[in-house]
Amino acid sequence: MAKLTLDTLRKLREEQQKTMVMRDPSNKDTQIIVGMGTCGIAAGAKDVFNAILEVLEAKNITHVLVTQTGCMGLCHSEPTVEVIVPGMPVVIYGNVKRDIAKQIVQEHVIEKKLLDNHICDKPAMDIIRK
Amino acid sequence: MHATLCDIVTDLVQNSIEAGASQIRVEVSTHPKQIEICIVDNGKGMDAATQARVFDPFYSEAGKHDHRQVGLGLPLLKQTAEATGGRMELHSEQGKGTTVRFYVEAQHWDTPPLGNLVMTVLGLMSFRSAYNLTFTRKTQHDSYQVSRHELIEVLGNLEEAGTLNLAKGFLASQEEALVH
Repeated sequence: MAKLTLDTLRKLREEQQKTMVMRDPSNKDTQIIVGMGTCGIAAGAKDVFNAILEVLEAKNITHVLVTQTGCMGLCHSEPTVEVIVPGMPVVIYGNVKRDIAKQIVQEHVIEKKLLDNHICDKPAMDIIRK
Repeated sequence: MHATLCDIVTDLVQNSIEAGASQIRVEVSTHPKQIEICIVDNGKGMDAATQARVFDPFYSEAGKHDHRQVGLGLPLLKQTAEATGGRMELHSEQGKGTTVRFYVEAQHWDTPPLGNLVMTVLGLMSFRSAYNLTFTRKTQHDSYQVSRHELIEVLGNLEEAGTLNLAKGFLASQEEALVH
């Protein structure tokens, strides 16, 4: 890969925005949040973050928000990934590895189906702000 | 001990963000015999009493979770530095900020691998908070620098999958072009 300059990056972004206008932005309000606390990092959250970006790129999905958060209190189930898709329950998946991360994008985000075997429920009760 | 040096960096930068820093500088220098990593922030800093406690893994200033006072970033760093023939320096002043600098021997048996620097820097740049982060990467013969503000100015945001993937490609190209 040639070394990119900021000007080249700007042009790539402009091209991306043109194609985004042409596509159906149905994933616009979808959000994927990766737990990136010390526990998440130790369990491989960066690899999961990368896998999510890879599969979204491969599927040509650019609108989905991919963000990070700290520990959700589920250290025993790290890496954790919260998924918010309009019209679906908010779900936290636990023990997410690269293959499960890819399944989350394909099944939850694209096909609107829950991955029943990996759901962790909500953040631990003692860290929820009331 | 963290699996990679990059994981330590992520931990420490999260500390800076939680300390309210608006300016963070991260520098990673790799040389044949030594790896040097430095994190400088203008966050709330620490007084002498706090500095004396930060290496206790059961002490945390963050206050995120009332019942969970665990702060592993600095203790894990100290452990890594001491186990690998290196050293760490902590300078902090209340109200002004904190500097953490550490060195490890590159060839030491117990030195963790550097890790995925591209994904680490992308992660550091994309926390949801108002801060600028300047990342400087140096090798013996070459260097590059990139800042969060300039990436956001060019891409519009660092939250959408599309812009994150472009930023990832940009960072990967800088890293690949480095002369080692």
